[in-house]
Amino acid sequence: MKTDELIGLLARDAVPVVRGLLPRRLSALALAGAAAAFVIMVPLIGFRPDLPGAFADPTFWMKAIYTAGLGLAGFLLAERLSRPGANGRLGWTLAAVCAAAIAALAATQLMTIPSGQIPAAILGGSWDSCPWLIFVLALPGLAAILWTMRRFAPTRATLAGAAAGLLAGGVSATVYGLHCDENAAPFVALWYSLGIAFTVVAGAVAGSRVLRW
Amino acid sequence: MLRGLGGDAAAHGEMLGVLAFYLRGFLARKMGRGAADLEDLVQESLLAIHLKRETYDTSQPFTSWAYAIARYKLIDWYRRNRIRRTEPLEEATELFASEASNEAATRHDLGKLVSTLPDRQRSLLEDVKIAGLSHAEAARKAGMTEGAVKVSIHRSLQVLMRRARGEN
Repeated sequence: MKTDELIGLLARDAVPVVRGLLPRRLSALALAGAAAAFVIMVPLIGFRPDLPGAFADPTFWMKAIYTAGLGLAGFLLAERLSRPGANGRLGWTLAAVCAAAIAALAATQLMTIPSGQIPAAILGGSWDSCPWLIFVLALPGLAAILWTMRRFAPTRATLAGAAAGLLAGGVSATVYGLHCDENAAPFVALWYSLGIAFTVVAGAVAGSRVLRW
Repeated sequence: MLRGLGGDAAAHGEMLGVLAFYLRGFLARKMGRGAADLEDLVQESLLAIHLKRETYDTSQPFTSWAYAIARYKLIDWYRRNRIRRTEPLEEATELFASEASNEAATRHDLGKLVSTLPDRQRSLLEDVKIAGLSHAEAARKAGMTEGAVKVSIHRSLQVLMRRARGEN
């Protein structure tokens, strides 16, 4: 086929493009991922026992802001990395700010509490299940986000997959905050972050395989 | 580009034509002059630019978007051919690069890939491409609706892009 023929063919296929489809798709699937995490979580492990009251607790919001902030950073990165030639500076910055904030908060708490309470602040009562639950709850969202990113044009497959993982993991961890009644910043900084990190790694590995076009 | 995104076929074709010229120069520089696959890669890039045009964010420079796609296809080509990326030594290649002929032989050739499409899709594609029929004429000939012809051709293009990179 000659190039001119191909161009003629492509020109005829020029249907108008829907503007803003990419961010709308991504946010719809992130919400669907949150809904899926919620639907899986509630019958299996339920809500935290102190729930309506916990909404008045600043530590609830500390966790929610940290995880939702990472999810938003993942959204910004996934949106940018699905476009050839775009850079994700804003997303990187937001992720770094979230990580620095929780690390600073955790360090401050560890330095101010009596040393006898340090193990409890780090391990809480659920350190061994928290990261896994966040990871599992993130999987439906991760699969959906990767699937939709295939339609777009990520040129750095592994990185784009990792961004999808950050988005799915942040969303899942935010939903998980409705179940988990751990309040200490060091716990969140370690185990929530680890659960999200699992999702990021899974996204990167899956992305390097499926995000080809 | 903007008018093409809005569905203006003539503007879209014109944009692709101009882009083909620059991409041929760019790819020739990277692949080495006279690379047998040059025109194939120009075509693969154009096909990808067309099919992925919804990822162009109008607030970004158009050329960096288009070249990023060509570069992606180029890296894919390096990988397929197990060639390590090397920078050309002489600037001279740049001068001749964009003169490389449009008619240059294509090796795995999208035209050959077209023949691997299912009969119905293939004949529609050839009616529109070679016979130059409009979608409406091709639809009448095949006894399909115009919408179905458009969908079929669009699907065929997506299949071609995947086959070009060696997937099934």
